[in-house]
Amino acid sequence: MLEDGKFGKYGGIFVPELIIPALEELEEAFYKYKDDPEFNEELKFYLKEFAGRPTNLYFAENLSKKLGCRVYLKREDMLHTGAHKINNTLGQGLLAKYMGKTRLIAETGAGQHGIATAVIGALFSLPTEVYMGSEDVERQKMNVFRMELSGGKVIPVETGSKTLKDAVNEAFRDWITNVEDTHYLIGSTMGPHPYPTMVKHFQSVIGEEARRQIMEKEGKLPDAVIACVGGGSNAMGIFAGFMNDDKVELIGVEGGGDGTETPRTGATLCKGTEGILHGSLSFVLQNQDGQISEAHSVSAGLDYPGVGPEHAHLKVTGRANYVAVTNKEALRGFELLSKYEGIIPALESSHAVAYAEKYASMEENKGKTIIINLSGRGDKDMFIVAKEMGVEV
Amino acid sequence: MNPNSKKTMTYNQVFEELKNKNEGAFIPFVVAGDPDFETSIEIVKKFVENGADALEIGFPFSDPVADGPSVQTADIRALGSGMTTEKCFQFIERIREFTQIPIGLLVYYNLIYKKGIETFYKRASEAGVTGILAADLPPEEAGSAVEMADKYGVNQIFMVAQTTRNERIDEIAKLGSGFLYVVAVMGVTGARSDIQTSTVDLITRVKDRTDLPIAVGFGISKPEHVRDVIKSGSNGAIVASAIINIITDNLDNKDKALEEIGNFCSELKQSTKI
Ligand SMILES: Cc1ncc(COP(=O)(O)O)c(C=O)c1O
Repeated sequence: MLEDGKFGKYGGIFVPELIIPALEELEEAFYKYKDDPEFNEELKFYLKEFAGRPTNLYFAENLSKKLGCRVYLKREDMLHTGAHKINNTLGQGLLAKYMGKTRLIAETGAGQHGIATAVIGALFSLPTEVYMGSEDVERQKMNVFRMELSGGKVIPVETGSKTLKDAVNEAFRDWITNVEDTHYLIGSTMGPHPYPTMVKHFQSVIGEEARRQIMEKEGKLPDAVIACVGGGSNAMGIFAGFMNDDKVELIGVEGGGDGTETPRTGATLCKGTEGILHGSLSFVLQNQDGQISEAHSVSAGLDYPGVGPEHAHLKVTGRANYVAVTNKEALRGFELLSKYEGIIPALESSHAVAYAEKYASMEENKGKTIIINLSGRGDKDMFIVAKEMGVEV
Repeated sequence: MNPNSKKTMTYNQVFEELKNKNEGAFIPFVVAGDPDFETSIEIVKKFVENGADALEIGFPFSDPVADGPSVQTADIRALGSGMTTEKCFQFIERIREFTQIPIGLLVYYNLIYKKGIETFYKRASEAGVTGILAADLPPEEAGSAVEMADKYGVNQIFMVAQTTRNERIDEIAKLGSGFLYVVAVMGVTGARSDIQTSTVDLITRVKDRTDLPIAVGFGISKPEHVRDVIKSGSNGAIVASAIINIITDNLDNKDKALEEIGNFCSELKQSTKI
C-alpha cells in the first residue's frame, strides 16, 4: 500500500491476505483519478445532472424562531434517491468503471446505500448485487423492491444477527471470492484503507458547498455543524468543509436507541471501546472478549456496532464532539421539522435535528448560527414512524 | 510456563521428521468448544489417535469474514456453548494433557487486541500454543504481534494467496515463522470438489521462494486433495470445513460423529504418505 490509512492510531488495513492486492489496486486508482481532470469533469457532470447538486443551504426560519438560533439545513435530502449516499456511489461507481471492473457489490442496512448503488449500476451498466440482512429485507420491503426495479439483485443474509454488520461480512466474503472483476462499493467512511479516506473525499462536496453557501448568506462561519453518525459518511462529508476552522464546533449525533445506559443502543463512539471490525481499528460495541455486539436504533442507518476510524480520531483529539440521541428524542426531531418547516427528514437525520433542539436550549448557545446536515428524506421511514406513533397507514 | 512445554514439538521438528519419511503433515482443524467444550476435546483426541501431525484450533468469533458457512456455524455453536477467550486457553491446556504435537491458533485480531496483545501472547504461551495466525492481520499491521510472538516463544503464522505477488511472498516469509499458510482457493473456507491447477501453481511459486515449510488450507476436503497438495510439494494439508460438516450432520449422535471423524482422519493421514 502507498499509505497506512491511519488517523492517529485508528484505521489501517485489518483484512485477510486475499483482499490486499485489491486494496492496493483500489488505492492506486483512487490516488490517480481523484485529481484527474477528465475523471472529475465526468463526476461533476453526474453529480449535477443525475444527482441534483449543488443542494441548497436552506435557512429554516420557523425552526430558527422556535429554537432561538439561526438554523440552516444542508438539503442532502433533495438529492436523487433521497440521501447523501449517492455522492459516494457516483464517485466509487465511476472509479470502478475507470478501473475496468465489471461487477459491483454493496452492503445495505435500511436500503438507502443499496438503492444509491443499484441506480448507479443501472446508470453505468454494471451488474449490481446488494447484500442485506434478512431481518432488514423483512423490515424494508419497499426498498428491496426499489433496488430490484433498478436492476439490482438483493441477496438476503441469514448469518449472525441478520442485519447490517452481517451484510458487510457477506459482502467481504463475496469480494474475497471475486476480487478480480468486482468492486466492493462500501457505503460509509468505514472499512479498511483506502475506503475511509475515499468515501470522505467523495462526500466532502457537502462541506465544500456548505462552507461557501454559509459565507454567502451569513458573511461568516457557523458556530456549529451538526450531523448524524452511523458509519460516519454524511458527518465526515460536512465536517470536511470546516475541519480547519477551529472555532466551528463539529458535533456528531449517534443513534442512542433506548438510551446509552441500556444494551439496546447504536452509540458506538459514546458507549463503545477500541477494537477492530470490518478492516479498521476504531470504536466498536463489543464484550470484554472482543465479540461484536448487536447495535440497536430505530433508524436502520445508525444501527451499526462500528464507526469510521477518522471519527474515533476526531473524538480522542477533541476536534469533534459526539453525543447520542434516543429513539424517542429522534422521533420528536422528526415531528419538529415536519411540523415547523414542512420538511420530513429521514430518521437518521432526525437525530441531528433532535440534538440541534437540545443544543439551542443551552443558555450559552442562544442566538448562535448552526448548520444541520439533513442527510436524507423521510419517505423511506413512513411505516416505521407511523407504527411508533401508533397510526395506521 | 507450561510444565510440559519442554517436551512440546516445534513445527520444524515435525516437518523435518515427516520429510525424512516421505510424508506430509496432516493438520485437522476444530473450533474450540464446538459443539461444546467436552465434545470438542474428544474430537481433538480422535484427531491425535488417527494420525494428526499438528493441530489447528479456531477461537470462535462473532464476525469471521474469512470463513464460509461451515466455520461460521461452528463459531456460533461454540459461542452459544459458552466459550470465552479464557475458556479457549483452558481448552489448549486440556489438549496439552494428552499430546505434544504443535498447536496453531486460528483467530481474528480483535480477540487478541481486546485482551491486550502482550496478555494474549503470554497466556497463549503458558497454555502451550505453538503458533498463532490471525486471519485479518496482514504483515502491515503485525508489528506488535510479531514482537510479542518473539518475546513469548510463539510462531507468528501468515497467509499467502493466489493474489499475493512474489515480492510480497518474500516479505511475508521473512516476517513469519513456523510455517506459511497457503490459501488454496480464491475464496473463504469451505469444502470444495476439486483442487485447481492454480493451487498447484501457487504451491510451486511459494516453494521456489522460501525455505519455510508450507501447509495448504481452505477447501481441502478429500483424501485426494491431501495427496495432490502434498505431491505438489506442500509440507502439510489443513482440513477444516469437511470435518466441521461431520459435526454439523451428527449433532444428535455424538458417538457417530466421533467415529466418522476418526475414520475420515485416518484416511486423510494415509493420503499424506507419498
Ligand atoms: C439518510 C441517512 N443518513 C445517515 C445515514 C448514516 O450513514 P453515515 O453515517 O455514513 O452518513 C444513512 C445510512 O443509511 C442514511 O440513509
